[in-house]
Amino acid sequence: MTERKTVRIASGQGFWGDWLEAPVRQVRGGPIDYLVMDYLAEVTMSILQKQRSRDPAMGYARDFVTQVQKILPEIAEGGVRVVSNAGGVNPRACAEAVRKAADEAGLGAKVRIALVTGDDMLERLDALAAGGEPLANMDTGRPLSDVRASVRAANAYLGMQPVVEALDRGANIVITGRVTDTGLTLGPLVHEFGWSHDDWDRIAAGTVAGHILECGAQSSGGNLLRDWRKVRKLEDVGFPIVAAEADGSFTVTKHSGTGGVVNIASVTEQLVYEMGDPTNYITPDGIADFTTIQLHQTGRDKVRVSGIRGAPRTDSLKVSIAYAWGWKAVGTLVYGWPEALDKAKAADKVLRKRLKSLGLEFEQVLTEFVGVDATHGRLAGDPDPDIAEVMLRVGVRSRDRDPVERFTREIAPLVLTGPPSVTGFAGGRPQVEEIVAYWPALVARELVEPHVTVEML
Amino acid sequence: MARTTIQLRWLAHARSGDKGDAANVGLIALEPEYYEVLRSEVTAKRVARHFKGMVSAVERYELPNLNALNFMLHGALDGGGTMSLKTDAQGKVFSTALLRMEIEVPGKVARRAKEAAS
Repeated sequence: MTERKTVRIASGQGFWGDWLEAPVRQVRGGPIDYLVMDYLAEVTMSILQKQRSRDPAMGYARDFVTQVQKILPEIAEGGVRVVSNAGGVNPRACAEAVRKAADEAGLGAKVRIALVTGDDMLERLDALAAGGEPLANMDTGRPLSDVRASVRAANAYLGMQPVVEALDRGANIVITGRVTDTGLTLGPLVHEFGWSHDDWDRIAAGTVAGHILECGAQSSGGNLLRDWRKVRKLEDVGFPIVAAEADGSFTVTKHSGTGGVVNIASVTEQLVYEMGDPTNYITPDGIADFTTIQLHQTGRDKVRVSGIRGAPRTDSLKVSIAYAWGWKAVGTLVYGWPEALDKAKAADKVLRKRLKSLGLEFEQVLTEFVGVDATHGRLAGDPDPDIAEVMLRVGVRSRDRDPVERFTREIAPLVLTGPPSVTGFAGGRPQVEEIVAYWPALVARELVEPHVTVEML
Repeated sequence: MARTTIQLRWLAHARSGDKGDAANVGLIALEPEYYEVLRSEVTAKRVARHFKGMVSAVERYELPNLNALNFMLHGALDGGGTMSLKTDAQGKVFSTALLRMEIEVPGKVARRAKEAAS
């Protein structure tokens, strides 16, 4: 009798900036076959493209290199294969840095790195426009020509196919640019089980597995609202692991002895995270119907996921285009008891009058009173009149840098020229930040996929 | 049957995230038996009223398999992503803002929910 084949895929990172200890703990804490590390979000892509614009050698998640360095011995021994979109807007530089690290560790021959490129559309935008692709904004319908001059980066969302090819060719580290979060998990499953690209139910199942893993511990007890006081040992939280079978069903779990929890509540909270129409979860690889997902608790920290149905992929891919919009800055001051909120409100009035008399114009000036209304607005109701302190938080944005720069000089003066009992200004002047805005568009699949390549380094 | 007003926090848990300038809130019944109450009481229209002045439009989707409803709150994030000046630019705690909403439920449901919480 042969045992049913199970493939264990572990999440090692849920975003750029996630817990640095997680990858090594996943690799050494118990058996896994793959470590997937998701670094990219639209905000992250914008930061990475800013870094690349300052230095052409940058533009990827540098943390990834130091993370991989720690687990190079396990990778070289064949104990685990790593799939990551850490390449950001510069996957080649990322792959070369990992290659250098592997060579320096004396493990170069055993580490086979695959570099996936072809998601970068920046150099092709004008040719696409000339060929009749409007790259219209999916939300507003406006043509890309509206902002073409300020475009900084354009990346198509690729699916699992280049990941599958890289693994088929023997890579034990796969580095990509803008491959979808879910494609990082689906790729190894398709490689292992040989699922056909049009086996839509299994493609959907692997996509749901990817969705559960893509935010790291957010499915294993982190940021869990239900019974949050009962979640044990978060200081030692176990990141989630999917143990998948050939029919597409899988179990969500974590290494034994780790903190956190895997239960119906933790998995459900992650399933609904960033969801739109649940029957129509669109990825480059297919469409998943989240209303078909069945969850069963089968043991401690074990949730069985089954029954997932899918539908064929669409003919388009999403392209995320980043363009320079303008500038912003946020300033804060803290006002103390008594009458803390009234003092903060008075300070806001003084500030706004000064901005007006300086003739500064902004597209938006937003005032929040942290501790009172910053996250729930008027729903939070009236605060305790004896509230101990209130943080005044004022943000501005403008197409031009100058008024934003001037705004940053108007916060500190309030300390000696405004209402009393003020503190919390030790951080210095607010920083002026460039706003890189996003322009989501669709492009025909056949205009992207022939340009995607997998290269072994 | 006697009905009682109760805050959603006693009947559901929730998680939210962002999609451009929209926030989504997944509202999950704490017990399977609460799902039908949520489905009939927490309508898109009532959620739009709850968030009046804070969002431009609300869409609702049902996930009976997860005892959950999903709400898309359009125009909730001051432009969203990198544009937004808000503390909660990515809508992470819109989830608990929805849990502040009050609905009417049968008295025994309210009693059971409060007992489970204490």
